[in-house]
Amino acid sequence: MKTTNIYINGMACISPQESLDKSQFLEVAIEHTGNQLSCIEPKYKDFIPPMQARRMSRILKMCNVAAQISLKDAGVEKPDAIEIATGLGCMADSEKFLKSIIDNGEEMLTPTAFIQSTHNTIGGQLALALGVNNQNFTFSHNDLSFEHALLDSLMLIRENEARNVLLGGADEITENTHIIKEKLGLLKMNAGSNFDILTDETSGTIEGEGASFFVLSPDKANSCYGKLTDLSFGYKPTDMADLEKGIIKLLSKHNLKIEDLSLVISGYNGDQQNDEIFKTLGARLFKSTPQAYYKHLCGDYMTSSAFSLWLAARIMKEQKIPKIINLNEIGQGPINHIFIHNQASNNNHSFILLSKC
Amino acid sequence: MSERVFVTGIGTISAIGNDIESTFHSLLDSKSGVGPIRHLKTKHSNDFVAGEVNHSNEELRMMAGLSEDFICTRTALLGIIAAREAVKNAGLSNLDMETTGLISATTIGGMDKSEIHYHDYIQGDNLEYAKTHPCGDNTEKIAEALGITGFSTTISTACSSSANAIMFGARMIKSGQLDRVVVGGTDALSKFTLNGFNSLMILDKEPCKPFDENRKGLNLGEGAAYLVLESANAIDLTGKTPLCEVTGYANANDAFHQTASSPTGEGPFLSMKRALEKAGLSPGDISYINAHGTGTDNNDMTEGLAIQRLFGEYVPKFSSTKAFTGHTLGAAGAIEAIISILAIMNGFVPPSLNIKTPVSDHYIRPQKEALLNQVIEHVLSNSFGFGGNDSSLLFSKLRK
Repeated sequence: MKTTNIYINGMACISPQESLDKSQFLEVAIEHTGNQLSCIEPKYKDFIPPMQARRMSRILKMCNVAAQISLKDAGVEKPDAIEIATGLGCMADSEKFLKSIIDNGEEMLTPTAFIQSTHNTIGGQLALALGVNNQNFTFSHNDLSFEHALLDSLMLIRENEARNVLLGGADEITENTHIIKEKLGLLKMNAGSNFDILTDETSGTIEGEGASFFVLSPDKANSCYGKLTDLSFGYKPTDMADLEKGIIKLLSKHNLKIEDLSLVISGYNGDQQNDEIFKTLGARLFKSTPQAYYKHLCGDYMTSSAFSLWLAARIMKEQKIPKIINLNEIGQGPINHIFIHNQASNNNHSFILLSKC
Repeated sequence: MSERVFVTGIGTISAIGNDIESTFHSLLDSKSGVGPIRHLKTKHSNDFVAGEVNHSNEELRMMAGLSEDFICTRTALLGIIAAREAVKNAGLSNLDMETTGLISATTIGGMDKSEIHYHDYIQGDNLEYAKTHPCGDNTEKIAEALGITGFSTTISTACSSSANAIMFGARMIKSGQLDRVVVGGTDALSKFTLNGFNSLMILDKEPCKPFDENRKGLNLGEGAAYLVLESANAIDLTGKTPLCEVTGYANANDAFHQTASSPTGEGPFLSMKRALEKAGLSPGDISYINAHGTGTDNNDMTEGLAIQRLFGEYVPKFSSTKAFTGHTLGAAGAIEAIISILAIMNGFVPPSLNIKTPVSDHYIRPQKEALLNQVIEHVLSNSFGFGGNDSSLLFSKLRK
């Protein structure tokens, strides 16, 4: 790919934390009890006409608001392209229509939920609201959905197909998918505080949700949060050395060494098996690097890496690491490069490198 | 951005054939695959016709060569069969698969299982299928069956999904990130979509009549299709002769309504126009358009108007092949891409079936009979979807 500097000029995140509040940055983290972290939702009537909001599911409303705020933050009225990531799509509307098919025996169905059940409803409605006639893709590839939408955003800018790209990652919790995730053994059954997921020695994670939107551009605005230096992937590493080699290679492409990293943010989710790889990397490659985690704040969901990018970008801009995410006691200096590592079942790893504007 | 993108293999399964050869013969013989619903368990099996793949899940599993313990949906089974054919057609070895990417599209993912087992899942039963619900799981199953271990992703943009998967694959090659990638899409017929389109009142109970004045709606279908795309570098290394070239593509948004197209067909107009621009071609260069042509009042009217607006007086031959396959949703873009490629390879124009009276508000006229011995240089293939998501792909005969 051609190298072009790409900046995050605006962003907004709706999450189980007060992440829309610009006056504070996780100084007061919200504690949740149990295996479900629901979003702190904004007052929708401040953003969406009530008539319109009534027809919209939570995920659509959250995305609409996060998109509006991120565009305003970047000073962009109309983006050139829209890139959306969602692991499970518009789940509430999908289930609503599915349930009505089953419960009504395939009779007397109304189309609203069906119309809004497709994965690209989020992107379609944003195009409609903003009048964007250009590319509008939706990636839905499990835990890599957001990284792939990010990849496409970077490609569009580098291909000169777009200057301002609106990129969003979102998933929503529904009552029944939550139950199904419990039955599948994916969630902690006797979860206490979300702040304790790393010390509680049980399997499973805590479910979260959220909508995080970003405005990316090759033009650095005054509002710039950080520069997206690179994004890469690691597939089925043969062993730890193979995984480490991939990380070192990515850094060296940008003339960086591990020592140059101001912070590593890893996708610990509280599941012992899942976290093993982060622990090992933390004790080896990153042993002298400040380390942080984030899923105790937003919960685990397929597009939670969008929250991690929001977190990294805010840290970069404010030059401050919130205490609640620290994994070790290594003191921080100026923050120049943040490395974000996510992975699922050690098959698919993603690495995002964010640098100072 | 000079990197060229070649098609080196194709594979498909739909109501008109289990492979490329049978598909081509059905098209030549004007033999539609739309008929009674036999395999999908729905209350509406006698109310509607559909383009169903006439095999049970067990038969598909046998065709895919998969054992019982390979847990997957019908969507994934169809995908595996078509993707295998494409890979074989491209002459790729197991070793090649390690350096091959996969970009697969689907609209419903594992809904064909979820709609049967939804209440079971909540009770904690049949959970092995619960994991197959996400769109991404179907792609991972296809990757696993094919031995693809590198980059794979899933695009879900309603009825333009697989056209966008092809486009994204072409861009991954152009940007030098992949040398070889399997691209396409798959969707199984489901109660979810059948009832969904029924609730929108856009299903025709009879075989659909795209571009007919008295069209009554669409027929649903199911199927899968995949293309192998390779870079010029990859072609140079193997000395392979490609089937054709991907020369243009564009995705535009109508930004008008969640399900209906704008009266002027702005999105379709833009996607076709930009695909031509990307290829550096003018409207007069196009030999054939494989239209989206669903058979709904709204789509065919606006697509026709957009074609008239772009092409003016000299409109190339065009047809919709939806009356053959039904509307296969997330697979449609890829199935029709393959029909477009067959047109180029065989100097062939497939017909629009079931037309008695052409649309009176259009001056353009669809091709009603199959044509052979045509000079087909450049083919435009349209796919439009919910959310105003409009895509056009442009395939070209190899330059000598």
